[in-house]
Amino acid sequence: MELFTNQVLAGIATGAIYACMALAVVMIYQAIDHLNFAQGEMAMFSTFMSWQMMQWGVPYWWAFILTLALSFVGGIAIERLLFKPLAKAPVLTNVAGFIALFAIVNSVAGLIWDFTIKQYPTPFGSSPFLGSQLISTHQAGMIGVTVLLLILLFLFFQYTRMGLAMRAAASLPESARLVGINTSWMIALGWGMAAAIGSIAGMLIAPVVFLEPNMMGGVLIYGFAAAVLGGLTSPLGAVIGGFLVGVFENLAGTYIPGVGNELKLPIALALIITVLVVKPAGLFGRPIVKRV
Amino acid sequence: MSAVEDVVTEAPAVEAVPKRAMTLGLGTSIVVLAALVIAPLFVKNFIIFQMTQILYLGLAVLALNILTGGSGQFSLGQSAFYAVGAYTSAILMEYSGMNYALTLPIAGLICFAFGFLFGQPALRLSGVYLALATFALATAMPQLLKLGFFEHWTGGVQGLVVTKPDAPFGLPIGQDMWLYYFTLVITIGIYVASVNLLRSRSGRAFMAIRDNEIAASAMGINVALYKTLAFGVSAGITGIAGGLGAIAVQFVAPDSFTITLAIQLFLGMVVGGVGWLPGSIVGAAFIIFVPNVAEHISKGLSGAVFGVLLFLVIFLVPHGARQVALVAQQIIGKLKK
Repeated sequence: MELFTNQVLAGIATGAIYACMALAVVMIYQAIDHLNFAQGEMAMFSTFMSWQMMQWGVPYWWAFILTLALSFVGGIAIERLLFKPLAKAPVLTNVAGFIALFAIVNSVAGLIWDFTIKQYPTPFGSSPFLGSQLISTHQAGMIGVTVLLLILLFLFFQYTRMGLAMRAAASLPESARLVGINTSWMIALGWGMAAAIGSIAGMLIAPVVFLEPNMMGGVLIYGFAAAVLGGLTSPLGAVIGGFLVGVFENLAGTYIPGVGNELKLPIALALIITVLVVKPAGLFGRPIVKRV
Repeated sequence: MSAVEDVVTEAPAVEAVPKRAMTLGLGTSIVVLAALVIAPLFVKNFIIFQMTQILYLGLAVLALNILTGGSGQFSLGQSAFYAVGAYTSAILMEYSGMNYALTLPIAGLICFAFGFLFGQPALRLSGVYLALATFALATAMPQLLKLGFFEHWTGGVQGLVVTKPDAPFGLPIGQDMWLYYFTLVITIGIYVASVNLLRSRSGRAFMAIRDNEIAASAMGINVALYKTLAFGVSAGITGIAGGLGAIAVQFVAPDSFTITLAIQLFLGMVVGGVGWLPGSIVGAAFIIFVPNVAEHISKGLSGAVFGVLLFLVIFLVPHGARQVALVAQQIIGKLKK
């Protein structure tokens, strides 16, 4: 039983990271209806920036906040420069654009910081949480930050004019434009927020997977799996999906014989395909309607 | 009208291509063919090897082109089918001593079945969802190949070494050159077959589905069958390309078939022009030579150069090499007058 509780708690902790990634993916999907395949690389780049600041002697939380701000600006810049001109282009062109961004960010990070594995500090420490043997303070911190983030986002979207405008621009762009909302800037804002949320995911997982340019590859796939499971149209769904995927991954790794560590990515694949086939809209998403 | 609906109802990824624009004219084809046959006689072995690479990667790009340009479905997971083809050939040659040429049709058939089966769940997905599922397939593939369960056959992380074939009948040409002509014959055969496929009844069904799925089904096209068929054909050709690749490189290992390969094939298609079959070879040349040039400038830079060039292509020549070819054709036409 202790093994079970242990695995569930550890799953919730890694699930928190998947939830952050999924949240970032959903933010951009809401704004422009495309999956950002470069989301993981953007998060990785942000994490490297914070690492660099800490190398220069900036304290952790200052580096954290500065990175959030820089990622936010960077996300907006990427949208304005590269993806705004592609807004009316076919899906294929957009996918190509995301892949190009993926390649550029990955390669540039490798050029600046090279491909050696680096230690990344945790602000929470790695001692057992509240004397319990089940979960470390860092894991508890990851869960706490994700929940806090979700609450902040909920408040933002539910109770601020800006949040309302963003929701309007995402769901009914035409009508939103008619009532005077600058939908184009709402999209840029979505990119900025997605980049910032992604950077939180990166900075939280870096102490676990260590810092290197390819660190987000697997995490992104899990983020996608979580987003698909929860529904690409629902931020809350994405977070719940993230926790579910984290727990499912750990339990499958422990209890299904032959799965272990090496089959973990294929599990994400199987999960994505199963969800898409059984319930394409995800657990909390709106169903898609086809029209001629 | 919600934003989600736009994804499924928006205009197809590629515009309808007039039948003739899909291939080169007869004159141009003969010139290109002659160049491909004669060129290796004058260059070094290493360049012949690179030309062989262009041919079999071009074949893989062509396969993707049939899927995307033909039936309008995406795939970021071609590296997975390529890997299955490569491993099939390698395993058959090394464990059962089968002739390398005979392993190719088997690799093609196995990949056809694999693609057809993967196409079943993929049927319900369109646009970004399909890109996502295939992306996940490509990411998971190296992991699957490393599994202890298959290790006896696949050689696990170490991979398998394949012996390079000699020219048959005592022909007085080197291994590299023989392999080049062998690949060339297969490539041309598949190219001609693909052109005919796309011009046939099935090909027109693919394109009808690409242009408007619902209208196509209203006309009585079995959408499910043709979509999975397109997946199967595409995977089958990719598998043959993978088999040829394994023979040419003489080595298969899980880490040669990562998402990077899938991305390269996708880039090759975009650069060559979606739906324009001759563009596949141009795209393959792009994905082979650009990293080399970039590595000369700075080590580790190839990804960035790839990305920047790709952005330039989608901004400046969104239809890739086809667009360049059309412009060139118009200029030549003007000069003739």
